[in-house]
Amino acid sequence: MDATSKVRVQDADFDIGAEIAAMRRGNPKIGAIASFVGVVRDINDGDAVSTMTLEHYPGMTEKSIGAIIDQARGRWEVLDVQVIHRVGTLKPTDQIVLVIVASGHRGDAFDACEFIMDYLKTQAPFWKKEVTPKGARWVDARSSDDSALERWQQDRR
Amino acid sequence: MSAASITLLYFARLRESLGSAREELVLPAGVNTLATLRNHLAARGGAWAEEMATGRKLRAAVNQTLVQGDAPLKAGDEVAFFPPVTGG
Repeated sequence: MDATSKVRVQDADFDIGAEIAAMRRGNPKIGAIASFVGVVRDINDGDAVSTMTLEHYPGMTEKSIGAIIDQARGRWEVLDVQVIHRVGTLKPTDQIVLVIVASGHRGDAFDACEFIMDYLKTQAPFWKKEVTPKGARWVDARSSDDSALERWQQDRR
Repeated sequence: MSAASITLLYFARLRESLGSAREELVLPAGVNTLATLRNHLAARGGAWAEEMATGRKLRAAVNQTLVQGDAPLKAGDEVAFFPPVTGG
């Protein structure tokens, strides 16, 4: 599997049901599917968010997420993966990101899904700019995201 | 792009504060690593000095791969500077 082919960056929304159905179709080895959907919240750092605009680094985005998928495949049994990340202007309740991992068993699917998401948060070149009553501002990176990553580096389960 | 030049890309806050998304730069004498490039850009003053300052939270990628610390540069490289990422 070419990992970068499992990554889509798009303005359009996605349908998790359709994506999972496409993954399951014709693959009887799949016994477990874990997924994660990230959604735009209406409040960030105490301020109401009206809209959020995401930009990315075309080329590097696909390459870096592809590398993250390859790392996950090296650690767990991963039969298939789909990552979709939206860019452009989004509003609260909109979906931002989707990660789906298919495996033979749930443990591998859960762990690989969380691993991919934790790495994506700190390694994939996306940036959010949000509009609040105080004006437009670039969202700051969170140290809790770095902590989430360190867990995978120490805990080679 | 001339043989001795690199492509520089700036994203997010840097793109806005520097007023530039992309430039071609002929590598000046002595500029052959990420650190020496950063110093060279900081010497432009103003927003450049501010964004490229040591201690500023800045990430860099060479040929679309994140670089920790310093890295050698060569003609033809694509070098990107950006703030810590905030996707997902």
